Amino acid sequence: MAALARRSRRFISSSSSSSAAAVASSGSWWKDVQPAARDPILGVTEAFLADTHPSKMNVGVGAYRTDEGKPLVLECVRQAERRIAGTNFMEYLPMGGSVVFNDHSMKLAYGEEASVLADKRVAGIQALSGTGACRLFADFQRRFKPESHIFIPVPTWANHHNIWRDAHVPQHTFRYYDPVTKGLDFAGLMEDVKRAPEASVFLLHACAHNPTGVDPSPEQWKEISALFKEKNHFALFDMAYQGFASGDTNRDAQAIRIFLDDGHQVACAQSFAKNMGLYGQRVGCLSVVCDDTQQAVAVKSQLQQIARPMYSNPPLHGALIVSTILDDPDLKALWHTEVKGMADRIITMRELLKKNLVEAGSHLNWQHITDQIGMFCFSGLNPEQVDRLTSQFHIYLTRNGRISMAGINSNNVEYLANAIHEVTREEEAEKAA
Amino acid sequence: MAAMMASTAATTAALGCVASGQEVGRQVCTTQKMYNGLRVATAFPGQKKIEESAFASIKIRSKAIVTMAVATDVSRFEGVSMAPADPILGVSEAFKRDNSDMKLNLGVGAYRTEELQPYVLEVVKKAEKKMLEAGENKEYLPIEGLAAFNKATAELLLGADNPVIKQQRVATVQGLSGTGSLRLGAAFIQRYFPGVKVLISSPTWGNHKNILNDAGVPWSEYRYFDPKTVGLDFEGMIADIKDAPNGSIILLHGCAHNPTGIDPTPEQWEKIADVCQEKDHMPFFDVAYQGFASGSLDDDASSVRRFVARGIELFVAQSYSKNLGLYAERIGAINVVVSSPEVATKVKSQLKRLARPMYSNPPVHGARIVANVVGDPTMFDEWRAEMQAMAGRIKTVRQRLYDELSTKDKSSKDWSFVLKQIGMFSFTGLNKAQSDNMTDKWHVYMTKDGRISLAGLNLAKCAFLADAIIDSFYNVQ
Repeated sequence: MAALARRSRRFISSSSSSSAAAVASSGSWWKDVQPAARDPILGVTEAFLADTHPSKMNVGVGAYRTDEGKPLVLECVRQAERRIAGTNFMEYLPMGGSVVFNDHSMKLAYGEEASVLADKRVAGIQALSGTGACRLFADFQRRFKPESHIFIPVPTWANHHNIWRDAHVPQHTFRYYDPVTKGLDFAGLMEDVKRAPEASVFLLHACAHNPTGVDPSPEQWKEISALFKEKNHFALFDMAYQGFASGDTNRDAQAIRIFLDDGHQVACAQSFAKNMGLYGQRVGCLSVVCDDTQQAVAVKSQLQQIARPMYSNPPLHGALIVSTILDDPDLKALWHTEVKGMADRIITMRELLKKNLVEAGSHLNWQHITDQIGMFCFSGLNPEQVDRLTSQFHIYLTRNGRISMAGINSNNVEYLANAIHEVTREEEAEKAA
Repeated sequence: MAAMMASTAATTAALGCVASGQEVGRQVCTTQKMYNGLRVATAFPGQKKIEESAFASIKIRSKAIVTMAVATDVSRFEGVSMAPADPILGVSEAFKRDNSDMKLNLGVGAYRTEELQPYVLEVVKKAEKKMLEAGENKEYLPIEGLAAFNKATAELLLGADNPVIKQQRVATVQGLSGTGSLRLGAAFIQRYFPGVKVLISSPTWGNHKNILNDAGVPWSEYRYFDPKTVGLDFEGMIADIKDAPNGSIILLHGCAHNPTGIDPTPEQWEKIADVCQEKDHMPFFDVAYQGFASGSLDDDASSVRRFVARGIELFVAQSYSKNLGLYAERIGAINVVVSSPEVATKVKSQLKRLARPMYSNPPVHGARIVANVVGDPTMFDEWRAEMQAMAGRIKTVRQRLYDELSTKDKSSKDWSFVLKQIGMFSFTGLNKAQSDNMTDKWHVYMTKDGRISLAGLNLAKCAFLADAIIDSFYNVQ
């Protein structure tokens, strides 16, 4: 770490009214700073917003939309907000966040009657939504298992790679998606799990895999769990869509429950962005199942040590909303109804999209649209086809062909189907030839 | 064994992160080669292989057996030891556990009214009510945060007419209050100025060291607090800043220095700016008390504006925890004032790239509150008035405490530092043993560095506190 050579910088006098060009410095601090590439996911929305075309469609970022194409704030959330208005003092939460919120979160993930919770051996800390929860785990992994690596499915949410990279944890991938069947490459997955070194750390999507929408069946989860047991692997579940996938929160958490039943000590990164529509509030929870209460307390204390120099303590508002809802039987019941409503609309759109593609005249196999689950459909479109969808039809999605079903509604599904059919005509012709 | 030692070392490093003067190099992954060729990794310490367990061969038929099987699976995290209580936030936790009637919490810097109650500003209540009625959606903010907030915060800091704003030379990104904004700045420094050291004041807010350590940025200290005068060791400060390699980064408190309450005078700020320019240093201002220190937003920003006016490029981390009482909502910003709008655009894009794998995008609630308050002239004026009232109460309490100390202390000790210091905190000059006495004997909770939060003090308790301070100062070594 050599001392820096003397930098020369021109200082800008306060009386200068000349243009910016005159004050550009030479040999400045910033010469190594390049413009960062647009975030592949959030950058899509930026581009969409800049487009003025009347038929434009945003099927990029995974934020739910109503059938009118509008963002939705759940009624249970509105009621909770009215209830909490003016009731709190805005004091700092503890570093680990709201204890009440953490308890509710963990019950939701592991089950109300989960023995790990009854035994008080789960360390839970409120996090900045799913991203923050994953990052806390990644930093924790780096600090306490510095020799460990992370195994990530292919494909996965792009930001997973950023998170573990910035946490300085080396990454490996395991097979997951089969582009031929547009379903799960189960054999490949099991083989890669087997080949990984004993006691590896794996990132698993609990339900509604992002970006593919392809989930293992319960039977497949049981096999995965058994193999994990054999290999002594550790599972971190990223659960961003509990309730949002099937409409049933217990069903969507099945994978985690299967692992718990098999005696695994898992970790779970939960997000309330989608299932409670609290996107911008940044509410989530990281929990880690431990041997006993004492260890859980120790692990929690260390997670707090990671949070403290990142943001000190998490924001209150979103956590209060979640606790208020989960604490009140009526609000909680309302929430279940609403989340099922969102899941049902998505399922309906899947059916409609497939139907419209057939009606548009496409002869390609679109079965995966309805086989896949959750917010996203991995369409199978290649980057060139995606680019055409955007440039020609003003339809915005990520270049891996991931379509956010939430951005589809009864008014635009036909337009989308026709556009997809258009850009895949060549593919169809090739198949026919 | 090696893995066990590595794990222990990591734990020790994690616990020892607040050691004074510690430098931190970059972490390196040393186990890459283990995974090439997929050789079996070293077992984690304490891990029992499943085959060794007596229960492994029993099929899982019932929950009871599952529970027993679990007991033999040793956790990955067996080696994780209990982290020490946070020196600042841990104080409030200890205070809560105390059952004494006379207990007084002068630990964390959260404002209290004269009745020692938390205080939600009227403008905040109004803003929240307005937001509730507007029924806005809860969509993700962009990675850089709420645009209206970013505009307002840069203007509050620098003045809406500031040439650097007009010339678009400020990169502003909403951050998770002061901590999160500092962390973004530190992460940027680590990535783009690798090896450059940050100089922090001795003492400084404890979490500064944690932030720099976790970001992997080396740091060292410059002299600041002079225990003899209970004031600023200006010569020491200047000497240490001059001594640092050219092109270092100097962390400065914009106003109301935490924990001492001691700020440089305007003349001293000029001299500090001179030295920074001579040495090509980059200042990094931590502005957590703008408006809260003197009661005036503009006066409290004068140090930053002074530097900016000279054309110095710098970082500024802001927080609205104290001045708008938005502690819980984590609202602040990192601002980087640079040489050109092109650079500002690039810097902003890279700050976003650092934020995305930390939390993706910042929380919306606090940002909307600030934007609403600042955006409405009536609410803005009301805010100013409330800020003046808060700052005023602190000044009143300082005066009373000083009066009590001067009256009760029969020696000729000069307690006027209580009046000279500014902002929420006062560095009493009490050492750790004396601070412990404050807590153990007098149930006065404060941090071990002798810092008291005047925001937690009211007029009624000044006499009592004076007694406690005098007792601790004279009767404990």
